[in-house]
Amino acid sequence: MSALDFLYTLPLLLISIVALCAMLVDAFGEANKRMVAVFSAIGLGLVMTAAIVLFPVRKVVFNGMIQTGGYASFFDILFCGAGILTILTGRSYLSKYDMEKGEFYTLILFAVSGMMLMAHSNHLLITFIGVEVMSIPFYVMAAFIRNQRLSIEAGMKYFLLGAFSTGFLLYGIALVFGSAGGTLHYEQIRSAVSNPEFPQLMLIGSALILVGLCFKIAAFPFHAWAPDVYQGAPTTVTGFMSTAGKAAALSAMIPLAIVFMPMNGTLESGKLRMVLIVVAVASMLFGNIVALSQKNIKRMLAYSSIAHAGYMLIGIIVPVTTNSGTQGILFYVASYLCMQMGAFVILSLLEKEYGEHLTFDDLRGLSKTHPVLAMLMSIFMLSLAGIPPFAGFFGKYFIFMAAIESGMIWLAVVGIIASLVSVAFYLAPIIAMYFRPVEDGREATASELGLSGVALLVTVGGVILLGLVPSLLLGVLQRI
Amino acid sequence: MHLILLLTLLTPLLCATILGFIDRKEASVLKYTALIGSCFSLVLAFIAYASFDSSSHVIQFALNLAWMKQYDIGFRIGADGLGIVMLMISAGMMPIILLSAFRTILNREKEFYILMMVLQFGMFGIVLSLDLVLFYVFFELILIPLYFLIGMWGGVGRIRAATKFFIYTMVGSLAMLIGIIWLGMIAKETLGTFSADLLKLRVIAPSLSIQLQSWLFVAFGLAFAIKVPLVPFHTWLPETYTEAPLPVTLTLAGMVFKLGLFGFIRYGIDLFPSASAYFAPLVATLAVIGIIYGALLALAQTDMKKLVAYSVISHKGFIVLGLFSLTAEGLQGGMVQIVNNGIATVALFLCVGILYDRRKTYEIAEFGGAATLMPILAVIMGIASFASAALPGLNGFVGEFLSLTGAFRSGFLNSWSYAILGATGAVLSAAYSLKLYNGVMFGARENSRNDMLSDLRPFELVQLIPLMILILLLGFFPHYVMSKTDAFSRALAGSLEIRAIGTSQYTNDVRQREADLRSSQAGVPKQESAPIH
Repeated sequence: MSALDFLYTLPLLLISIVALCAMLVDAFGEANKRMVAVFSAIGLGLVMTAAIVLFPVRKVVFNGMIQTGGYASFFDILFCGAGILTILTGRSYLSKYDMEKGEFYTLILFAVSGMMLMAHSNHLLITFIGVEVMSIPFYVMAAFIRNQRLSIEAGMKYFLLGAFSTGFLLYGIALVFGSAGGTLHYEQIRSAVSNPEFPQLMLIGSALILVGLCFKIAAFPFHAWAPDVYQGAPTTVTGFMSTAGKAAALSAMIPLAIVFMPMNGTLESGKLRMVLIVVAVASMLFGNIVALSQKNIKRMLAYSSIAHAGYMLIGIIVPVTTNSGTQGILFYVASYLCMQMGAFVILSLLEKEYGEHLTFDDLRGLSKTHPVLAMLMSIFMLSLAGIPPFAGFFGKYFIFMAAIESGMIWLAVVGIIASLVSVAFYLAPIIAMYFRPVEDGREATASELGLSGVALLVTVGGVILLGLVPSLLLGVLQRI
Repeated sequence: MHLILLLTLLTPLLCATILGFIDRKEASVLKYTALIGSCFSLVLAFIAYASFDSSSHVIQFALNLAWMKQYDIGFRIGADGLGIVMLMISAGMMPIILLSAFRTILNREKEFYILMMVLQFGMFGIVLSLDLVLFYVFFELILIPLYFLIGMWGGVGRIRAATKFFIYTMVGSLAMLIGIIWLGMIAKETLGTFSADLLKLRVIAPSLSIQLQSWLFVAFGLAFAIKVPLVPFHTWLPETYTEAPLPVTLTLAGMVFKLGLFGFIRYGIDLFPSASAYFAPLVATLAVIGIIYGALLALAQTDMKKLVAYSVISHKGFIVLGLFSLTAEGLQGGMVQIVNNGIATVALFLCVGILYDRRKTYEIAEFGGAATLMPILAVIMGIASFASAALPGLNGFVGEFLSLTGAFRSGFLNSWSYAILGATGAVLSAAYSLKLYNGVMFGARENSRNDMLSDLRPFELVQLIPLMILILLLGFFPHYVMSKTDAFSRALAGSLEIRAIGTSQYTNDVRQREADLRSSQAGVPKQESAPIH
């Protein structure tokens, strides 16, 4: 350990400092919530810059517990971006319910710091701390509109089930600790896994860890909390949780998958892959099929996010011969973040009473009253459905490519069938906005754009840019 | 000069952008901007068409820009004999279709014309792209404008029709996506990297084992079979054609339908020759079923628009039969028929649209004796009907005759029955064309509401006259089209024959083509100087 370690982990340190200071700003600048928001946004911007600068510096620091640069920096940038977008939309959304409080921004910062810790982790304890630091702000944020029954219910459900899954995670870590010979470092666990005398407890332990993380990405059958929580939580929070939260859990899962399922792995570690295949296939099919019957858009997006978790898992499952699986997931995560957040920004503009005005029928006439919003919503929906020339297409494309490359064509076929099903419900908002007739005076209306406009511009820019010039991001991903 | 295709491709996109900045209240400005834009791309396409060297097999006007170097996916465009004809007809139909929209699309003009321009951009892209991923992107891209065009301006059942069309097409194209990735991965074994370059894959794919080729052919073929559509996949067509607004029906009938056929030639027969030969009897059987089934359904209709829609299924059967005879005549006939049938069908739909404009009904029984009041329309509709029924001297005859000849002497189908059964379809097609024509134009004028029928207005004549000229011109001088596709089809048929039986009368063409392909492959990457970003 050297003093330079502090420099390499600058983004992590910075986000923690910013988060702590934001509380102070809130405390001293009492009436002025705007200041906290501005401070948080600038802070996240700084962290993002630090992450970009440190991108080429790939190191393992603090006694091999934390990795920096490359992979971790990529996720740092994503999380900070998601945080900034949430701050941009959060302000007007919360003030709609007279609930704008400084804590909200602080909670975002803490959640982001937890996520970053997960991406930086090279040690199971760090992963665990990261998961908790991320999850606890999420529980609070889900229940943030505390005078609304829906919101409290969402927070409570998320908390109870989240605590339950933490148990799995911790128990798994304990078992791995025991069977790996008293270590939690990724490298040392890896050598224990490739040991021909593979301890059975290791298999159980690693499976439990993956269960805990699958809960966080809401993969079937650990998804039960997702629809209610996503529907009940404040819309901007849902957008944040369902994208950045999912990305964070994946950022922890990818290195763990490489640890527990090495290419030259034993038969035992192959069993883990089988389990994940079942989880991925079930997620894709279940999420999309159930989403078909939803009338509420938030719920529809919640179920479809289960399916998206399934697609992303494909990238983890395929044996890591080249980096194409990982690259596929990272591309997918980035594009999913843009399109899903964009869709939620629009929903937050449409929502007038808490949790209301969010069914398909409520979208009718939007193409007349707000043609631009309707167009953007269509772009997000088409992108989520995986239709070129939008980002979502190349996300799926690279994932399927990785699957076919490793000889699992059938997995790609299942994915394709699932995404075919998804087309049906992603078209539903478009049908409502553009095709359905609407009585005069009952057209959908949206609240003032304000700063949400900036968020929309960024997300739609991302969706289109990644769709037209995917090589921009691919070039970055290859240097990871 | 090699930028001409890029310019042609980008013109509609530019036009769509300009339209985006025009105020939605200025309906006539929007209309004429779109019209001028489409005329401009027609001029550009015509320049490309005229300067295309018919004698050569080389991909001409090729352009190769880097897109995703990591996976050898590029923005590659260019045209061979088939592509240039397709480009020309897409560009040529657009101004006529836009003219027909002037009076039929009366709300939300801004969105309509933007979507039409995006649609044209996508169609140009499909016929010009020489990269499988680029092709796929364009192939899916046209789905978006079509979906909105049907859903926003269509008839009563528009939502159902649009959704059905969208999902049906997606089934096929997603299967094709698997095929594209799979083929690219197979190329990895030879090239060392994933590739979507059509020119490279054209060399690799035909030498794959028959099992592999068959799987890939099925993956690609499903997409095209749905787009064409071949018979078991045709159920979206009548609904879509009838529910769509007239200009969109025209687009579907005149431009979109040929994309599936085009795909069959370029990404089916050309890429997977052994599999094509293996599947030829099956596809030809489906085609023959389509010819007869479509014709019988057309005969049973009482609704003009539906009658023409079903007749389209029947006519496409002829084209597919010709293509999958895998002979030079059949291929040539199929390609010529793609052009000619498009023209005739568009003309017929326009006539039907004009009748609808006068009476707001598509029922044949509502009309009768219209010829006395609408003599000009009677003449024009007569020509269009006869062209569609393939009367000699009109353009429909050449292609249908060649297709049947091809099917008759094809060694791959190895049976006369396809041609004979197909020919019965020709008789049926005369029957339903006459049914439509007689029912509307002749007979007693019993319905008093028909007394006020007025003949064509100058505005409508402008749309129909160019089509009439083309019908007659291409009927008497088919070589205007055939000369461009001649070399292409002989070489393709020749290589198929050599692969199957070892010899061919077109050996020279094949050698020439292979030499040209090699040279164009060697020549193309050198232009890789201007990356996209």
